[in-house]
Amino acid sequence: MEKKTLNIKLKVWRQENKDAKGSFKDYEVKDVNPDMSFLEMLDELNEELILKDEIPIEFDNDCREGICGMCGMVINGTAHGPKSGSTTCEIRMRHFKDGDTILMEPWRAKPFPVLKDLVVDKSAFDRIMAAGGYTSVRTGGVPEARTFLVPHEKAEEAMDMAACIGCGACVAACPNASASLFVGAKVSQFALLPQGRPEAARRVEAMVAQMDEEGFGACSNHGECEAVCPKEISIKAIARMRREYLAASIK
Amino acid sequence: MKLDSKVPDGPLAEKWDKHKFDMKVVNPKNKRKFTIIVVGTGLAGGAAAATLGELGYKVKNFCIQDSPRRAHSIAAQGGINAAKNYQNDGDSIWRLFHDTIKGGDYRGREANTYRLAQVSNAIIDQAVAQGVPFAREYGGEFANRSFGGALVSRTFYARGQTGQQLLLGAYSALMRQVNTGRVEMFPRREMVELVIIDGKARGIITRNLITGELERHLGDAVVLGTGGYGMAYYLSTNAINSNATAIWRAHKRGAAFANPCYVQIHPTCIPRSGDYQSKLTLMSESLRNDGRVWVPKKKGDKRHPNDIPEEERDYYLERKYPTFGNMVPRDVASRNAKMVCDEGRGVGDTGLAVYLDFAQAIKDFGRKTIEERYGNLFDMYKEITDEDGYEQPMRIYPAVHYTMGGLWVDYNLMSTIPGLHVIGEANFSDHGANRLGASALMQGLSDGYFVLPATIGDYLGREKLEKVTTDHEAFAEAENAARERIEKLLSIKGNKTPKQFHKELGEILWNYVGMARNEKGLKTALEKIPKLREEFWQNVKVPGTADSLNKHLEFAGRIADYLELAELMATDALHRTESCGGHFREESQTEEGEALRKDDEFTYVAAWEFKELGKWELHKEPLIFENVTLTQRSYK
Ligand SMILES: Cc1cc2nc3c(=O)[nH]c(=O)nc-3n(C[C@H](O)[C@H](O)[C@H](O)COP(=O)(O)OP(=O)(O)OC[C@H]3O[C@@H](n4cnc5c(N)ncnc54)[C@H](O)[C@@H]3O)c2cc1C
Ligand code: FES
Repeated sequence: MEKKTLNIKLKVWRQENKDAKGSFKDYEVKDVNPDMSFLEMLDELNEELILKDEIPIEFDNDCREGICGMCGMVINGTAHGPKSGSTTCEIRMRHFKDGDTILMEPWRAKPFPVLKDLVVDKSAFDRIMAAGGYTSVRTGGVPEARTFLVPHEKAEEAMDMAACIGCGACVAACPNASASLFVGAKVSQFALLPQGRPEAARRVEAMVAQMDEEGFGACSNHGECEAVCPKEISIKAIARMRREYLAASIK
Repeated sequence: MKLDSKVPDGPLAEKWDKHKFDMKVVNPKNKRKFTIIVVGTGLAGGAAAATLGELGYKVKNFCIQDSPRRAHSIAAQGGINAAKNYQNDGDSIWRLFHDTIKGGDYRGREANTYRLAQVSNAIIDQAVAQGVPFAREYGGEFANRSFGGALVSRTFYARGQTGQQLLLGAYSALMRQVNTGRVEMFPRREMVELVIIDGKARGIITRNLITGELERHLGDAVVLGTGGYGMAYYLSTNAINSNATAIWRAHKRGAAFANPCYVQIHPTCIPRSGDYQSKLTLMSESLRNDGRVWVPKKKGDKRHPNDIPEEERDYYLERKYPTFGNMVPRDVASRNAKMVCDEGRGVGDTGLAVYLDFAQAIKDFGRKTIEERYGNLFDMYKEITDEDGYEQPMRIYPAVHYTMGGLWVDYNLMSTIPGLHVIGEANFSDHGANRLGASALMQGLSDGYFVLPATIGDYLGREKLEKVTTDHEAFAEAENAARERIEKLLSIKGNKTPKQFHKELGEILWNYVGMARNEKGLKTALEKIPKLREEFWQNVKVPGTADSLNKHLEFAGRIADYLELAELMATDALHRTESCGGHFREESQTEEGEALRKDDEFTYVAAWEFKELGKWELHKEPLIFENVTLTQRSYK
């Protein structure tokens, strides 16, 4: 069965480098197969641009299956585009209609400066992790795995939190550019597991301090982060982070 | 070039412990005087960099992505093996070793594989201590599943995201060392040359992928954990930035390349749908635990799968391999899928697919259980194909997935260039001619956490290294070579994009160096590849400039390398006239169509030394089996 192809118009943010001024540029892509992924549609456009001696559009991506967290752009005003619970690379063109105009922008948040076109610098997340996103264990010097028994429900809950891919959509969607969902998810994963408890207080304080230092805003409970999170991480993560933070500061 | 595997003497089970004792240990105070360059932040590179930092070395760690957490290991779904025997189903280090050697069709090195099985348990302990949320049973014990090629349940998993969770564990250990200042991270860097001084690996040249700058990095040893070369095929399950550049450029400077023709083609991938396709999506092999593979008995049966009655279906894996059934190793499953499609019994629009059916499992366990086990895979399938795997069988087809070949290393994981160590998928060492599921994560972490950090100390403790700086002429020469290559690529301004060449090369490899190979096909490939390479260097059109973020320039450099590597893959495949594991030579099969090894002729590792473009010298490392008996693999 032949599927009906689409003709799509694009308005894409083009910016030569970090210091340059950017602007939107219009493109048209014809005969788009609806089974194509959004990024494959961009690949095809880039192939055309190269052959026309134009500079292709830069966008970050790697796994193309929603797990590495490298891709991400704001599509028609929504981080990662029209389908909830998906990354940009997972979006298929069947979510668009023939004749649609698609607006494409990079993540916009002060702690994520644009490097080129749709590519941003998300290294602030790494620095938050370096501040405390770990258990301080030495290679080899650890107890046998069964020393830590974790009931099914707890393991599942921790896994829900650990599923964060660090894509930054939560920050891009938040009116305050807060990284609370990202930090909350990591803090929660460890808080839920016996292995993470000993350092819980130090961890949450260090990670929150680093988050503030990077210039991420405060959370004022808009919930936009949860709505765009490709892994559907619940804002309960933020509540837990606050609880952990409070407990840490009381001690 | 002489290959010395440096396998320690003594009984198999004691080799590693004895070796650890015999190795030189660097005085803790001196460790900080050594700088180790680690390229790659996947399970192998990330674990190694974290552990080396923790031991007190100065580490410089590099990756292509914007963050070490995004290495391709993140995509691994199904699980990681270990010989814990928590299920009390008869598992042991010996059994894991034996399954791995047999699964590799007796083309792996015994001592390495045994060590891998030995270390496997410590990996699970490590990951758990890091807070990896492995799946648990209600009482808090570990849940395990079984994978192809094994009759025990020894696979640990974290939903369908095991690689992600293990990598995040390694990444958090790594970031902890970044915080202490012992590891310096260099993301968005591509290693483009290896620097050799006085015959030893002493540094690398990287390209800063944002500014385009070429940078010189000096060290006392270099570790490559840069992953496999499956992207040579263009379409594969690998991530877009996976590449062979680091190992290939090291190869051209003297590191022997072992068994390049051993490529794993994974049986459970979503079939290709169109020309625009940029990658193939894997669905974890764990699906074969509950899914049943079948095709219609009749050729060209175009009925909807749900309308094909039971007796007109051929569950060909269950029929041919009653013991292992749908759980045969990957190479066997893939080849059988190809066979039934070649017979004209393939399904879907293209006829290049077989069914993976969950109707029985849903009947037996209920939809909820199946959802719990594989929900994310069913969702992914639906999003990609627009079909519902709960309502009708999924369509699957094999795709290039993993490369068993890689740079040759000795027992210490050192290549034929002193000081150059190679870990993870980038080396050839532990899986023979076919890797079993859930064993790559195990190997990457074994190499990274436990083996390399021990063996590299021995190297540093023994070698006297010349005092040099990055002003050394070897750095200048390597940097120039890199610069010239980039300038050349940009100056050609031809008529075809890098991707067009990549696709063409991929087709040649898939057709002639794919699931089934023969002399005629391989010779055809060996004619076509150099021609395509020549055309590339005359007619490629690379956009943009060298001094900015330029993804297509990066791709072009990597494709130039595949165009050389592909020739070696075909050369190796042609020389090995036997079938073994993932390397199936049509000329060498049993009457039943199974891979037929020629042990008298080919029980060796083929290590190729680069001479000049298109010319290699073959060196053989004989494989000596003292503890297992070579048999015709049988999964019946
Ligand atoms: C979809 C999928 C599912 C899988 N599932 C499983 C599974 O369930 N169980 C299992 O055991 N195995 C699985 N595998 C295999 C396994 O994931 C890989 O073999 C393994 O993760 C490789 O780890 P690595 O550390 O060697 O390399 P990678 O994780 O590929 O890391 C390579 C690193 O090197 C860097 N790099 C590469 N080239 C350069 C360069 N030139 N310069 C600088 N840096 C460079 C990259 O940036 C990256 O950091 C799966 C593989 C795929 C593709
Ligand atoms: S490319 Fe990896 S999540 Fe999108």
